[in-house]
Amino acid sequence: MAELLTHDEKGGGLKIKAGGDWTVANAALIENELAELAPKAGGRVSIDMAGVHALDSFGAWLLERFRREWAAAGATVSIEGLTARNRPIYAEISEVNRAPLEPAAARHDAYAGAGAMISALGRDLVSFAVMTGAVVTAFGSMLRKPAAFRLTSSVSLFDRIGWQAVPIIVMITFLIGAILAQQGFFHFSKFGADLYVVDMVGFLIMRELGVLLVAIMVAGRTGSAFTAELGSMKMREEIDALRTMGLDPVTILIAPRILVLVIALPVLTFIGSMAALYGAGVVSTVYGGMSAPLFIDRLHEAITVDHFLVGMIKAPVIGFFIGIIACNEGLAVHGSAASLGRHTTQSVVKSIFMVIVLDAIFAIFFSAIGM
Amino acid sequence: MKEPQPVVHIRDLTVGFGPRNVLDGLSMDVRRGEILGVVGGSGGGKSVLLRTIIGLIPKRAGTIELFGFDTDTLEGEALRAVQRRWGVMFQHGALFSSLTVRQNLQFQMREALHLSDRLKDEMATARLEMVGLKAADGGKMPSELSGGMTKRVALARALALDPEFVLLDEPTSGLDPIAAGDFDELIKTLQSTLGLTVFLVTHDLESLYAVCDRVAVLAEGKVVAQGGIEEVLASPHPWVQEYFRGKRGKMLAAKNTSRGGSAARAKRKDQAGLG
Repeated sequence: MAELLTHDEKGGGLKIKAGGDWTVANAALIENELAELAPKAGGRVSIDMAGVHALDSFGAWLLERFRREWAAAGATVSIEGLTARNRPIYAEISEVNRAPLEPAAARHDAYAGAGAMISALGRDLVSFAVMTGAVVTAFGSMLRKPAAFRLTSSVSLFDRIGWQAVPIIVMITFLIGAILAQQGFFHFSKFGADLYVVDMVGFLIMRELGVLLVAIMVAGRTGSAFTAELGSMKMREEIDALRTMGLDPVTILIAPRILVLVIALPVLTFIGSMAALYGAGVVSTVYGGMSAPLFIDRLHEAITVDHFLVGMIKAPVIGFFIGIIACNEGLAVHGSAASLGRHTTQSVVKSIFMVIVLDAIFAIFFSAIGM
Repeated sequence: MKEPQPVVHIRDLTVGFGPRNVLDGLSMDVRRGEILGVVGGSGGGKSVLLRTIIGLIPKRAGTIELFGFDTDTLEGEALRAVQRRWGVMFQHGALFSSLTVRQNLQFQMREALHLSDRLKDEMATARLEMVGLKAADGGKMPSELSGGMTKRVALARALALDPEFVLLDEPTSGLDPIAAGDFDELIKTLQSTLGLTVFLVTHDLESLYAVCDRVAVLAEGKVVAQGGIEEVLASPHPWVQEYFRGKRGKMLAAKNTSRGGSAARAKRKDQAGLG
């Protein structure tokens, strides 16, 4: 293969002889060799391209760039011997990159980042409030016109997010209840306080753990599904299509989902709490050496209806907020698949955060009213 | 004169899904330096043919030769070398949605070659300008582009590594007539300046008249007519007659023959190519 580039400086002026293939495969080599020839003011350069076999836009651009750099330094540049086959591409390329490239904006600016985060938080709060309002309005209009309630889709949703979630929720809460009891027996038995394991397990499960575990699982399982569903509908303009048909996407898509969550979460919480107590009971008889009647007896004494209510009152509220966050994130999706992924993640993260915050607020509230 | 080696050489190609053969014993050539338009009914296998050529759909029988290499024998590095010689523009652009336009254009340069950042940036801008966009469009995300811009960026990406052979899947679908006309013009210009061979799947009769040197009509899993547009028009096959002599086809044919326009030009070129 012919040399890509040879040059000599005889007789006043640089003479460059090009050869071989000036194509993308050799672009890096050509660029390096050309870079060694630093432009000189007032010089004369002639480039002989007759030996170049193939020229593509990479080669043509490197040639043009070289010509421009020397010309800008005040040299006279002549390009000779372009073959008829290579002339059109060079002509095309000599038209491009005329405008100076604007420098890219700095990507990481700590202050800008913090500001953007705060304004995003503000926007989140506003859209959250708007969504809550829209859903409450939709519920209100459903009460006035019960015919508008979408029974079929609600039943199918309940099947998906309530009934089909039962096995996994029972399994996980059962195991957590069992683990709690085992840990309790292991440590409490040192003080001879085996009986109080039942108090601790009952308390924790009824008031806090039952609802928390179920809510976190529902946020991960159902909240993400809602966001992904609504998000992909938004991406494919299905939601816009609904709007143009004079139908309100909040009434049709969002209100049933949230309503079903509000109903399903207490049901799942109840099932989950029972499973956890059962797990604790099994461990108590097998590992703690406590007879089943004794366990149940002790549970009766430790737990009151109040404890049960504390857990159950929280459930629908938490369900409502998981639904609002999930649907809100779904509608915030726009454009790309990456956006869908980001909002689905956001939905789960925000829901779980919200679950914990709500639980803390409830804890303060219930202790204030003495429940 | 001996005919130069075709870029694509297909013989007795059969491709099917389940019990149905979409392509059934299809044979065709794409000659170096031509724009071959492929037309056919919806679901007639045009896109399937394109996807089979580039290896996305397995074939049941027959041979495909690309640049003289049998695709069955190509693998590993040899296959990648052939893949680098073609560029594909998908119907909906298939731009990577998580990358900016500039990054989309630079993707192959980054993966396949070791080029300086400066050269990559300059080439990305050059590509954008070649397809009629501005350097500033390089910073946009694909989701921010209009339909016409998406098509242009997709074409620019197909050209990223200066391929000699470009496959375009319905490049003008979804564009308004003006934008589609501009796009036809663009394909024609780029084809002649870059010396490309183009395989153009289209529904757009206007495109056929405006840019194609040769037309191949797909029906019943075979090429039922091919050649310059007038040869194809002369074909007795009923589908061809309906397609070109239907209401819309007639209107265009009248317009183009009265102008003595591209149809005749295509024909002349075709004969020159054969002679």
